[in-house]
Amino acid sequence: MNTITIDGVQIPFEEGQTIMDAALAAGIYIPHLCHKPGLSPHGSCKLCTVDVGGRSVSACTAAAQPDQQVINNSEELTETRKTITQMLFVEGNHLCPTCEKTGDCTLQAVAYHLDMLDGHYPQFYPKREVDASHDFIMLDRDRCILCELCVRASREVDGKDVFAISGRGTAAQLIVNSPSGKLKDSDIDKDDLAAHICPVGAILIKEHGYEVPIGSRTFDLHSVAETDLGEVSLKKTREHHE
Amino acid sequence: MTTENQRNSSNHLLHVLFDEQQRARHISDGAIITIAKKLNLPRSQVESVVDFYAFFYRQPRGSFDILFSNCTSCGALDLMKQLCDRLNVQPDKTRADGRISIGQASCIGMCDHGPSALVNGRTLATLSSDVIDDMAELIEAGTDLACWPSRWFQVGNNIRKEGLLLSESFEPGSALKAMADRSSDEILDEITNAGLKGRGGAGFSTGMKWRFCRDAESQTRYVVCNADEGEPGTFKDRILLNSHAEEVFEGMTICARTIAATQGYLYLRGEYRYMLETLEATLQKLRDTGLLGHNILGLGFDFDIDIVVGAGAYICGEESALIESIEEKRGIPRIRPPFPVTSGLWEKPTVVNNVETLAAAAKIILHGHDWFESHGTWQSKGSKLLSVSGDCSRPGIYEYAFGITVQQVLDDAGAGDVQAVQIGGPAGKLIGSEYFNRHIAFEDLATGGSFMIFNRERDILAVIANFSHFFAHESCGFCTPCRVGTRLLKNGMDKLCNGHATARDMKELKHTSELVACSSHCGLGATATNPIRDGLKHFPGLFEERLLHKEMEPEFNLDASLAEARAITDRGDAEAHL
Repeated sequence: MNTITIDGVQIPFEEGQTIMDAALAAGIYIPHLCHKPGLSPHGSCKLCTVDVGGRSVSACTAAAQPDQQVINNSEELTETRKTITQMLFVEGNHLCPTCEKTGDCTLQAVAYHLDMLDGHYPQFYPKREVDASHDFIMLDRDRCILCELCVRASREVDGKDVFAISGRGTAAQLIVNSPSGKLKDSDIDKDDLAAHICPVGAILIKEHGYEVPIGSRTFDLHSVAETDLGEVSLKKTREHHE
Repeated sequence: MTTENQRNSSNHLLHVLFDEQQRARHISDGAIITIAKKLNLPRSQVESVVDFYAFFYRQPRGSFDILFSNCTSCGALDLMKQLCDRLNVQPDKTRADGRISIGQASCIGMCDHGPSALVNGRTLATLSSDVIDDMAELIEAGTDLACWPSRWFQVGNNIRKEGLLLSESFEPGSALKAMADRSSDEILDEITNAGLKGRGGAGFSTGMKWRFCRDAESQTRYVVCNADEGEPGTFKDRILLNSHAEEVFEGMTICARTIAATQGYLYLRGEYRYMLETLEATLQKLRDTGLLGHNILGLGFDFDIDIVVGAGAYICGEESALIESIEEKRGIPRIRPPFPVTSGLWEKPTVVNNVETLAAAAKIILHGHDWFESHGTWQSKGSKLLSVSGDCSRPGIYEYAFGITVQQVLDDAGAGDVQAVQIGGPAGKLIGSEYFNRHIAFEDLATGGSFMIFNRERDILAVIANFSHFFAHESCGFCTPCRVGTRLLKNGMDKLCNGHATARDMKELKHTSELVACSSHCGLGATATNPIRDGLKHFPGLFEERLLHKEMEPEFNLDASLAEARAITDRGDAEAHL
């Protein structure tokens, strides 16, 4: 059996698995935002940066190799991940107390996990467009972290092509593939995975914002490590709320 | 898009968008929909490409659209200001009558010509204050570009020193004839034994690259020539494509026969569009003489080359981003592995080689590996074309055998009182005089060819800040550290140059630049912070001198924040400042 070692713990892997796949299967949490099992790996958020033989690699895209020595939890890596999370906070407009996703937001949960206490860097305060045109789905680009989970979910699971990323650098932004560029003219459906997969509050289902009270939300009850390892799936949490 | 529905060149998305930009001075929402329909692409793909490449605009530009280079060598920002003042136009705001718009472009590869710009995509080299005055008159009179003085558009070679590649003439077809009776393995051995390494700077063995590609399982393979020479200070590919294009194309053809490819692409940076017509004519001549196309030289193999022209994106010099660009997408570097040699263009095995590498490959096949190997150092065989620019009396192309010292290059170029040299461009190394006895070679100072000289009158911090702006502008935006980090570093360098930084800001620059270097997705992020890191390492005194004080300075600058209020109330007086 092929194995890799993460922080001294030997775990098995199968041919074709990434370090992230092997870690999740073995119940080891590596912080991540742009990764979701079932969707093609992306490697853009860089939160899952781990150390392999002195090199920084993304656990979600790096193939597991026999006898690989991986460092996942170290002071340096926690610092790197915290800084990356701070970068994500300051480049967008993330105002947790007024965001309806608070408590269910993975960015926020990761920040808690990493003991991030402030944004550290000066805010960019970008001007980004809100698209409230759709009857059931809201697109608030202020909170988008460009993880492309919605882009991939639409293409790979929903069999559509509703979202894309446009532009470059910090001007990169989420766009909608419809004649008007508005959600209402796209073929998105409120049951699509793309409408629900957003880890932050950028894509929201309208009229359900405060059904679960603050204090009883996913990350009020569980850490992001628990939820992402699937020990407590989001679905289960919803049942729990009910 | 699959191999079955590759477009002919005129229908390539980048070319269609260029034509539309020229015709309508922008790409309107309507044009995006029309083009998407015509090319059978998702509307979002067309929109995302328009917004990615610097030379496409969503808002109308002027009938004369002038982009001044902001490079430290071919930059012309003082001349830009002069033209703005003369024509009463704000940068990046098209004048109300639609006649003129003025903006900036990253290095346009005219560093040996001094101040340069692009007008409607055409290169204007060797600008001066007098030229700007004349230009302003021609613009106000609405004089067509065809009637502008032709000398303004002339681009010279400025070859100062010839070596292995440049010194002899080349007879098209001679290298192909030399390979005619040799097997693929023999050719691979010849290239490998010559010790040829990639001339883009990374230095991967060309023979190995070709072999990996040939041995990858596939019916289809591609050869791509990377002529997206975007590293500020580099212009050697310009000279090779201008005067040695047949060798480059023959190098591609040799590669194609060796790896069994039938289609090749030359990816030409948009800034070199002025060479397109000549290059197309050269390709046609090669076809007409049986050196390209069907059954080349009667050897029983087919190969042809298309040219794809970029549109202002440094990142497309990264081979997988370049491939994405040929595939009509944003230039986002792919996850590697798989490397292009196993999964490249349309997921087929692809060799991507630098212009200079391909020219050298053709010559190696012609003269044999001994000829090549006898030049250079033990780990760096052959010669290197250096693009020398900046503070020197003889800027231009210098071809040396590998192993030359920095000091020798400086002496040859007529550079005195040198404070620092940027080797390999902003993504390379910034060195001070204590390193001038070091050697240009892969095992010492590796370089793609950029060699920028700064004398003691230069403000090195301003140079580093210029490079930080460059990287923030050119970051593709895919990964968090590079997207956000390059902008933070740009802001940090500006704060320092403006005299507002403190000791804490220096620490921040160090911390952020290290993080960006080690956790970014591709080589751009990995190298983008080199100027800052080298600066802090080799010129710490320059940073410290510029600090406001060594204690704390608030991040929030109240006076700067009131700028908008002052503008609204039309107040510029002292009372309106803190």
